Amino acid sequence: MAPEEAEEDRVEPTTSNPSRARTSAEGRESPGAARAPDGGPPGDLGAAAAAPPRPGSGAAGDGDRTGDDALRRARAGWREAAAATPQRPVAFSTISGLEVEPVYGPDDVGIDVLRDLGFPGAYPFTRGPYASMYRSRLWTMRQFAGFGSAADTNARYRFLLEHGQTGLSVAFDMPTLMGYDSDHELAEGEVGICGVAVSSLQDMERLFEQIPLDRVSTSMTINGPAVVLLAFYLAVAERQGVAFDRLRGTLQTDILKEYIAQKEWIFPPAPHLRIIVDMMRFCSERMPLWHPISVSGYHIREAGSTAAQELAFTLANGFTYVEEAVRAGLHVDDFAPRLSFFFNAHNEFFEEIAKYRAARRIWARHMRERYGARDERSLRLRFHTQTAGVSLTEQQPENNIVRVALQALAAVLGGTQSLHTNSMDETIALPSEKAVKIALRTQQILAYETGTANVIDPLAGSWYVESLTNRLEREAEEYFARIEEMGGVVAGIEGGFFQREIARAAYRYQQEVERRERIVVGVNDFVEEDERLEIPILRISPEVERRQRERLADLRAWRDNAAVESALARLRDAVRGTGPILEPVLEAARTYATLGEIVDVMRAEFGGWREPAGF
Amino acid sequence: MTDARAAATAEARPPKARERLRVLVAKPGLDGHDRGAKVVASALRDAGMEVVYTGLHQTPERIVEAALQEDVDVVALSILSGAHMTIFPRVLELLRAEGADDVLVTGGGIIDRDDMAKLREMGIGRLFGPGTSTRDIVDYLNEWKRTGRR
Repeated sequence: MAPEEAEEDRVEPTTSNPSRARTSAEGRESPGAARAPDGGPPGDLGAAAAAPPRPGSGAAGDGDRTGDDALRRARAGWREAAAATPQRPVAFSTISGLEVEPVYGPDDVGIDVLRDLGFPGAYPFTRGPYASMYRSRLWTMRQFAGFGSAADTNARYRFLLEHGQTGLSVAFDMPTLMGYDSDHELAEGEVGICGVAVSSLQDMERLFEQIPLDRVSTSMTINGPAVVLLAFYLAVAERQGVAFDRLRGTLQTDILKEYIAQKEWIFPPAPHLRIIVDMMRFCSERMPLWHPISVSGYHIREAGSTAAQELAFTLANGFTYVEEAVRAGLHVDDFAPRLSFFFNAHNEFFEEIAKYRAARRIWARHMRERYGARDERSLRLRFHTQTAGVSLTEQQPENNIVRVALQALAAVLGGTQSLHTNSMDETIALPSEKAVKIALRTQQILAYETGTANVIDPLAGSWYVESLTNRLEREAEEYFARIEEMGGVVAGIEGGFFQREIARAAYRYQQEVERRERIVVGVNDFVEEDERLEIPILRISPEVERRQRERLADLRAWRDNAAVESALARLRDAVRGTGPILEPVLEAARTYATLGEIVDVMRAEFGGWREPAGF
Repeated sequence: MTDARAAATAEARPPKARERLRVLVAKPGLDGHDRGAKVVASALRDAGMEVVYTGLHQTPERIVEAALQEDVDVVALSILSGAHMTIFPRVLELLRAEGADDVLVTGGGIIDRDDMAKLREMGIGRLFGPGTSTRDIVDYLNEWKRTGRR
């Protein structure tokens, strides 16, 4: 369906804002706004009003919305009073540009409680993936960390575990993310700077020294060379005597959002997708507790997208992985339960909460209706959240503590399964130990002092939040239709569609800030001149790079190079064929073949990728 | 290469007499964070400058080659990976080796103030951190042009 059609039946001039004419895009919610996942038309207001009330429909259901004269009169009275009052001369829109009403009431949102919300742990999972949510178990407090050498990072992990963190999250440096060893010429100046350098199984062993892999869950933010880092992790588990089926954790692996936003790819899309499907196959057979992909909207948002774009592009990517795996012969219920998601928590509080709720509902509906998933676990969208790095300011950095707390609150109210809270100093450098501790304490305060973990989905039934949830779902559906029209996500990437949409949104936002239509405290208002930085900065010594190069030189000398060569040769054969890739990569990893050596074998067969440049 | 540059310059208008500044916006190194580079490129274009964007993952050598080929007045580097102390001096050094001393090397990203000061001492232009208004960048470049590129 074309986007214009979807908007037609939402023009509702009778409820227009007292101060401004309402545009069609933010018309009244229609009860059928949550469009049938098969792409059918949304039910329109007239049809719903004429239909008999659905059994089980709730207080805000269809029946209450017609003929309630008292309500209409009250609303008209309010409108008059509001219109007579002067308003601040600013745009009343979300950070993503969605215009919002001054107040929401029962006639602003049509929801059928059973159909659209249900209860936590039940279809369509709008209210949460699990029946008891944080009453059974709080979200996992998982701080993303990595810097310098594997030994430096290992010390930080042990510090965080001692302070009550419950999961690990590995940040790799740029060369590792791009599949280069620390001694590659392109790695110069970047080793250990924005993450930890891991060039071989030896580094991975140091990274997890004295951390039993069956007792932690580990998330690894790695995409292009994900299969190699997974193999390193598996090899560490073997050396620790931990069986693969006891490993818990997540690998990001989401290459589609790399092309769209984060821009750290190695090969063209097709071979990357082949490797990803192979990893999904391996994990469904051997690693039942592992999440092979974390479908990520975080980076899409950081690159400048709106909330609706983050939601739509991320889910479209998720559907693409499902389609690829099904095409490769996997059954949807064999792998879908292990797919997980990763979203941003930005400043616009209610819009973020609505985004998480809409994500769960869209995923459940599409998985059931479009992909035929029957296992409940395939329908449940579970996600990690990180607060928005891009929202932090270099100016008056302590203010970032407050921003992060509010963003984290949105994530918790939205029902996140795990959470990373950013440190106040991250616009300047890697977080210092003090800053990262405050960030972790922020989560603990939320969890233990505010009572927000006691009641599930507490904002359900809020006319505003339900209205936003419906609107975001509808915007996402419109994007899905456009993406399908252009031939799918990969075609959209090749044509630069996503990149353009995001760059446009980012530029629009920047212009709004510069025109002071959006205030960023400390940046374009409430500015302190001659501000002095008073927080400590973590600096990475160039020594890290030098020592890392030395260690690699040693490794290449002491390992059994004949074994390395023959393992790499077997990998080359596997890559040229159509069979499994993970097993030969694991075999190479065990011989201490390096990341760069393994990736080079694949790069020679698969080639590289350049995006259509433009701005 | 110096000769080639002189020839290219002679064919086109001489850069100093040019109405509009020509700027190469470049993303060096492995860092893929291109939001800032694209926003700045759009803002410079909207301010009337001619902008060439290199795309991602450029080596200093490729950036300098592009700068000479495109005969730009300014090279603006965006670096968020922490590799600025390696990349900025390298680009400057390569430009000087090609005799392109008149090209301004400027940029921004996650660069702390001590490093900014060090880079300025080496001959890099002003550097811009998070929260910068693109108007400040436009003003800086126009001022640089107006005051005889110093």
